[in-house]
Amino acid sequence: MQVTSSVREPLVTGGKTYHDVTHDVSRQVEGKPTLLWFLAFLTAAGTLAIGLIAVTATVWEGIGMWGLNKTVGWAWDITNFVWWVGIGHAGTLISAVLLLFRQKWRTSINRAAEAMTIFAVICAAMFPVLHMGRPWLGAYWALPLPNTFGSLWVNFNSPLLWDVFAISTYFSVSLVFWYIGLIPDFATIRDRATGLRKVIYGALSFGWDGAAKTWMRYESVSLILAGLATPLVLSVHTIVSFDFATSVIPGWHTTIFPPYFVAGAIFSGFAMVLTLMIITRKVFKLEDYITMTHIELMNIVIIITGSIVGIAYITEFFIAWYSGVEAEQYAFINRATGPYWWAYWSMMTCNVISPQLFWVKKIRTSIIATFALSIVVNIGMWFERFVIIVTSLHRDYLPSSWAMFYPSITDVGVYLFTFGLFFTLFFLFAKFFPVINMAEVKSVLKSTSAKVRK
Amino acid sequence: MEKDKNFILGVYDDEDVLLHAVSEVRASGVKIHEVFTPYPVHGLEDVLGYKRSRLPIAAFLFGMLGTTLALTMQLYMMRFDWPMIIGGKDHAAIPDFIPVTFELTVLLAAFGMVGVFMVSSNLKPWAQPRIFDLRSTDDKHIMAIDIANNTSMEVAKIQEILKSSGATEVNNKSFE
Repeated sequence: MQVTSSVREPLVTGGKTYHDVTHDVSRQVEGKPTLLWFLAFLTAAGTLAIGLIAVTATVWEGIGMWGLNKTVGWAWDITNFVWWVGIGHAGTLISAVLLLFRQKWRTSINRAAEAMTIFAVICAAMFPVLHMGRPWLGAYWALPLPNTFGSLWVNFNSPLLWDVFAISTYFSVSLVFWYIGLIPDFATIRDRATGLRKVIYGALSFGWDGAAKTWMRYESVSLILAGLATPLVLSVHTIVSFDFATSVIPGWHTTIFPPYFVAGAIFSGFAMVLTLMIITRKVFKLEDYITMTHIELMNIVIIITGSIVGIAYITEFFIAWYSGVEAEQYAFINRATGPYWWAYWSMMTCNVISPQLFWVKKIRTSIIATFALSIVVNIGMWFERFVIIVTSLHRDYLPSSWAMFYPSITDVGVYLFTFGLFFTLFFLFAKFFPVINMAEVKSVLKSTSAKVRK
Repeated sequence: MEKDKNFILGVYDDEDVLLHAVSEVRASGVKIHEVFTPYPVHGLEDVLGYKRSRLPIAAFLFGMLGTTLALTMQLYMMRFDWPMIIGGKDHAAIPDFIPVTFELTVLLAAFGMVGVFMVSSNLKPWAQPRIFDLRSTDDKHIMAIDIANNTSMEVAKIQEILKSSGATEVNNKSFE
């Protein structure tokens, strides 16, 4: 079935037939979970359980359990929130932007990347909700609900409220996009199954029969959803950056923030996709579907976005000096040489220097190097948010109120909780859902590698 | 003969053979009930003569509804129902309302369009699809021809047309 071309590298290697694609992907769903999967799942669920203690403490005692003080009123929570939201940008970027640009290589990785997006956004949402202190009243503060105070409505001038709308829209549209893509694959599993599995996947597949008319509508829906999701994905991190950029804190009050945050989000999101996909392809033996070409292309995206981020850091520093505003200049000098110098230089090393290694072909086509650097990038991106948030706050206008931020054990626990949640959800997904979009991979099997169309 | 019960199925292995076969079968006067494929085959809707989907129009209309609702809601709440001065801004601070308006436009367009898609394609968790051939979600393209719709032609003749158009198998399928 698969024909190799002399001009174009095949996207799927190993001479797979259509049936091989079905078999290789459905095998994970149909087989018994392996010991390795159980160990991984239990580790994730265990982390979740330990983290739950910290979450309970936060809700029970209040956010006084965190390491915040009067000067640094935002720290780990917002750092972790922005970090997770950033990671949650790759999935929809891969499925929407790359669909509009007709990048066919996205078909092998879009399913898992979108799943990762959805789980990362769930983790991100934990932080603002917990930071409300009394989350059970949160709906009144976050949503325009009629209430007994007047009605006194939510403030539509506030970027924090825009965030509520941006993130919930992003989450729900991504979820729908992901699920629409899953329906034909659930039908494939349904048609191979018997008994209870047939009933469950039958319900999940919504009665899909693969009729040409339904496929026509499906393609139309995918294209329009991609068109809607593309500005949406750019808007989400833009609005997240408004949380800072619209304030008048030196170090935050910068017009460069929206594009800089979006580039950083794509940067960290692709790094997380690589971390997860390198493990997934190995464990599930999907090396023929997620090939070196995929890894190399993603590494190239990392070089580009990493360089944009690097230029943004330098521009920011230059503009601080050029503005002539003393407070602004101090904020930046303090970042690089103040008590948090180690955080700043960790960020610079991990985000600006390390991705440049991918210019070397040997490094960007090495699995081990890619895996290591993908983790380094996400450490760097965590430090970026920490640097922006904490160093801009800890030395405010009055030297008598200068302070340092020290995370409490509860801060660490809540962060661990989100890691547990993310990986628990991801392992469940990897076992029970088809990790590769079978229908879309089948659709590119021929056109990318055939010599000519008949 | 009752409609929608007895079918002749042509089984095709290759998408390009299928595309040509659909044109040939239609040209020879056979009415095709539907074609079932494991993945979207580009150009299939054209050779089958399907009209373009109007789902993008639905998406646009739902999007417009989202824009209108979002702007109306924000203006009503901030300008009329409980006006407050926030940061010295105008009560009707339209530029500040744009982010929420954009998000709600996207939200309604996406959900509205997907909702219409689900309803028009009869996709729902309790739907019981009629499966013509289990392999149509794996690796085979299935062309279904309703015998009752092609009474002017002998069944054997239709089978002959399918065979000569490149079908690897020609089967019969009846539903209760």
